[in-house]
Amino acid sequence: MSQEQREEAADIVVPGDLLDDSGRLKPGFNTYKEGANIFALRLGVRQMRGDQVSVLALSGRYDPQRNDLIIGTILEAGPSIWIIDIRAPSPVTMHVNDVPWKVDFGETTKYMAPGDTVLLKVAFVDEIKKIQLTMKDRACRKLSGGLVFEVAPSKVPRIIGRGGGMTNVIKTATNTRMFVGQNGVIWIDGEPQDVALAMAAVRKVESEAHTSGLTDKVKQFLQEHRRSGMEQLKRASLEKEWSSWG
Amino acid sequence: MKPPPGLKLIDENGRRMDGRRPDELRKITMKAGVLKRADGSCYLEWGNNKVIAGVYGPREVHPRHDQDATQAIVRCRYSMSPFSVDDRKRPGPDRRSQEISKLLGEALSPVVLRQMFPRTAIDVFCEILEAEAGTRCAALTAASVALADAGIPMKGMVASVAAGKIDNTVVLDLRKEEDNFGDTDLPVAIIPKTGEIVLLQMDGHFTDDEFDVAMQYSIDACHQIHGMQKQALREKYLDAAVEKRMSEPAESEVML
Repeated sequence: MSQEQREEAADIVVPGDLLDDSGRLKPGFNTYKEGANIFALRLGVRQMRGDQVSVLALSGRYDPQRNDLIIGTILEAGPSIWIIDIRAPSPVTMHVNDVPWKVDFGETTKYMAPGDTVLLKVAFVDEIKKIQLTMKDRACRKLSGGLVFEVAPSKVPRIIGRGGGMTNVIKTATNTRMFVGQNGVIWIDGEPQDVALAMAAVRKVESEAHTSGLTDKVKQFLQEHRRSGMEQLKRASLEKEWSSWG
Repeated sequence: MKPPPGLKLIDENGRRMDGRRPDELRKITMKAGVLKRADGSCYLEWGNNKVIAGVYGPREVHPRHDQDATQAIVRCRYSMSPFSVDDRKRPGPDRRSQEISKLLGEALSPVVLRQMFPRTAIDVFCEILEAEAGTRCAALTAASVALADAGIPMKGMVASVAAGKIDNTVVLDLRKEEDNFGDTDLPVAIIPKTGEIVLLQMDGHFTDDEFDVAMQYSIDACHQIHGMQKQALREKYLDAAVEKRMSEPAESEVML
């Protein structure tokens, strides 16, 4: 390991690593406090923001939080509920009262049927992780058309970028409509070759999430592939995607 | 069991069959994140032991009656491959595997923040590809790395090693012949951060003093192994440290 690598490794923390023993800092994300000491709770990168020390997690499943905008798939429809897969540990039930339409008893499938993809909001998560979903939000809707695929939830902040910067770059360059759910589910709609290019760009962000200057790299990547080899890229990325579905 | 004639487990200079001192570990290498499909994984080589551990979860509990409404359950499966030993091991769970599975799950439970994931299961699978004494300790060490690699919130990690007695000498980390023909075997697992003991078994006899020495050897070695565990995880994510310098995190980063 080189000297530079050694310095970088110092920022990566594993569960139980001491983050601060001065007693002056506050515990942030993925940390816990014992006495005056703050320790890492998860594997990640140590971060300081003001007087708060936190850990940016590098892996892990989706842990629903209140107000998260997510993409879910309808698994089942009952007379007055839908059961939705949101990539949380268990599927979640959504009641007809939580949608913006007036749904009569037994008519749930007229609005959303099993297999449909929907954009939802996490309304509430209680202490035993019971989740309440809602579609009563301006952003929420049923998604028709487009392509849905998944990325690691821990990479979502990087794909969205600061203030949605990265997503905007991809959307503008590829002329697609795109939504990145906090649960790692991404929906992209547009011309097939544009969708393929946008998907390849997202995969690039996911695989290089730890590198610097990523927005510029993605801009360059999109420019290069806009000009040539789009068909090739489309085929290659779709084939890769299909093979990963096993 | 008596050693076959001519087999000397420890020589007059206090060196063991493989030249190790009594308090010396075998060579250990580990690599985190070796399985693409699992949420977290680790491959570990410890002497001639080869172990792979995979972690899934937190995920839905099946059968449902096993779920706990207040916290996650940590389930572990220890399994020896048919080709892991000299004579073919009949595949599938047997009495020994079930016992080890149970104790590995119980050793890992105290470090996992289970209350963060009520009604879920965290599944740990440990596959012994090649066995040469000390597989439960190797499996537990690998499982702990795999759990951290899976992003499971933990108070610390678990490190494990066995001590024992051969020819009236307390030694650390028994190899196959020492395990088979030695007098005592003492697998130990601790949480190095707190010093808590999460696994302690003993097969054979120790005097009080011998036990103290064995425990001291084990605890020192566990701290050494913990350093290797941290290194294995860091090496996987080495590049990620660059991210910190690159930019602030996105606003959407969620809080625990």
